[in-house]
Amino acid sequence: MKTELMSANYAASRAVVSARVEVVAAYPITPATTVPEQIALLNEQGIYKGQFIRVESEHSAMFACIGASSTGARAFTATSSNGLLLMDEGLHWAAAARLPIVLNNVNRSVSPSWNIHVTHDDSYSKRDTGWIQFYVASVDELYHTIIQSFKLAEDERVLMPVMVNSDGFVLSHTVSPYDHLEPEEVDKFLPPYTPPHWVMDPENPVSHGNIVFPEHYSEFRNMMHEGTKNALPVYTEIEKEYKKLFGKYFGGPIDCYKCDDADVVFTSQGSMGAEAKDAIDELREEGYKAGNARMRMIRPFPVDKIRELGSKVKAFASFDRGVSYGFGGPVANDIRSTMYHMKHRPMIKSYIGGLGGRDMAIPDIKAVILDTFKAVESGELGPEETWNDLKD
Amino acid sequence: MVTTKEIPLKEYVLKGNAACAGCQDMVALRHAHKALEGDVIQVVPACCTSVVQSLWPKSGLAVPILNTAFMASAATASGVKAALKAKGNDHTMVMVWAGDGGTFDIGLQALSGALERRTDFLYICYNNQVYSNTGTQRSSATPLHAQTTTTWFGKTEPEKMLDMIIAAHEPVYQFTANTSYPRDLFDKFKKAQEFEGPKFGHIFLPCPQAWNYPVEKGVEIGKLGVETGYWIQWERVGDEFTLGKHSKRFQDPEKRKPIDEFLKMQGRFSHLYRPKRNDKKIREIEDFIQHRWDMLIRTFT
Repeated sequence: MKTELMSANYAASRAVVSARVEVVAAYPITPATTVPEQIALLNEQGIYKGQFIRVESEHSAMFACIGASSTGARAFTATSSNGLLLMDEGLHWAAAARLPIVLNNVNRSVSPSWNIHVTHDDSYSKRDTGWIQFYVASVDELYHTIIQSFKLAEDERVLMPVMVNSDGFVLSHTVSPYDHLEPEEVDKFLPPYTPPHWVMDPENPVSHGNIVFPEHYSEFRNMMHEGTKNALPVYTEIEKEYKKLFGKYFGGPIDCYKCDDADVVFTSQGSMGAEAKDAIDELREEGYKAGNARMRMIRPFPVDKIRELGSKVKAFASFDRGVSYGFGGPVANDIRSTMYHMKHRPMIKSYIGGLGGRDMAIPDIKAVILDTFKAVESGELGPEETWNDLKD
Repeated sequence: MVTTKEIPLKEYVLKGNAACAGCQDMVALRHAHKALEGDVIQVVPACCTSVVQSLWPKSGLAVPILNTAFMASAATASGVKAALKAKGNDHTMVMVWAGDGGTFDIGLQALSGALERRTDFLYICYNNQVYSNTGTQRSSATPLHAQTTTTWFGKTEPEKMLDMIIAAHEPVYQFTANTSYPRDLFDKFKKAQEFEGPKFGHIFLPCPQAWNYPVEKGVEIGKLGVETGYWIQWERVGDEFTLGKHSKRFQDPEKRKPIDEFLKMQGRFSHLYRPKRNDKKIREIEDFIQHRWDMLIRTFT
């Protein structure tokens, strides 16, 4: 292991090399572009030894990954925003075909208007495709989560594709240190991919994806659901092993900070969760019992962990950098429905903000948490959701 | 040309698939696979073949079949080929088997991309000139004046000259074929195996359902397609163009059979003869046929 200084996109391309990916198919889109650029460079330099298909669209990128994975190769792609939306048909296809493809989605606002900065609407809109979804908060976490994701996706109990989300520009173009692993080191953790279910092979011809009538269709869909849910316990095993081998641990599906005795816990996805730790420290100094729960995984939704947390707190201040139009904060609403059946139901305040790359700095996060403290004090939930930084 | 007795006996199109009676797609598939002899991965987008290959968990084809999304077959094949390459397999043929809708229309971008990237694969468009999987809607391969369920009184435009678009991508080998000439078709698949790089085959196949003719008349109609000059058999290796021996004599318009012989057998053109022959519209079809010949010969010779 060696510490390197790179942007998240550069590190993602190194994770592809470290994980011995066999096929990458990708198409440029800001801010993900430097991922395929770097993979191309590493490929031409002979450092990335797999195949790189310079496709003509994101739709083709995902389907080239589908073709490669169907033929037993470890496959990867990266995209953002409209690119992810164009892949939609393929995202559903990859999940239903149970193909362990890993995708780095560099979160970007969806058009119109054109905006290349971070909003989580792109990946939020893909929550129901079957893809496992991670959100990371640092370059180091992105690099290692990509490597872990192959192991998770390829596990026979899971066999579902994984989307690792990283905030556009905040992470993608910001240089910071990460601990690099050589492919030989990763070999100890990640064996070559051998499909346990089906593969395109002339020696053993099978047909994949042909017609399934109503009498069997539900069973396939149920298996997808179970496979995605299995990602929670399997990821726990994976993190344990990873920690033992490389000393790296990012906190499980929810990375908790000072939550144990907290009255109010702030939840968020992506890089904001790192800032929030500093906000918590300041609030603690000011006498507020606040905690930070960084949601690393939102599909499968960490139901047990949220219930455990929820049983101890007075309120969640749940922040979404994206919207389910007409219903509010996607993760906030997931937390609300998760807690509905519990005896102790904390107040769950929903905040929406930081859209289109608008800054969410420590004072902004503190204001959100303090607003929740106020609501707890008054006993009134207030608005269904609060657009935190909306101008008049 | 291969003799019938030289064609392998082994069948890759198995009994009990769900094809319609008289399906010419099965004729094309059968001879294609007899030529390729099993060392192939076949990518199939939404099309008739995705339906007729039989229901899960059975397969009507004795080769690996990867079904994929409508517009994605050439991209999917690129991924399959890349995976084979990554694993050091340089012998297995990757073949797309797509209909005209999946090639002329929705799949054209992915096909263009795969050809431009010089993907080592064989793309087959089996052209029955209509979206027949969904029940006879017009595609951009549907001929002028043909009736479909989205052109109730006949299509107002002639078909796209896809072969010209493909040729502009300079595949290593490009051919047209017709299921009425299965030995010629067999030879072309054999030949396709010899070349590394992008290869494209365009197969004309009549469809009894969509064209509305008696199921036993497919071969006859396919031959009339050639004999009236409507369909042209040719191949091109690099820049080297060869007019097929079945089409050669019909380059001369005088030698062609009247187009009526081809049109009259098909219900989709019956409106051209009711209550009486529509000379103007039939003339337009004849003009387009000549235009296609002129374009082809002018471009390639």
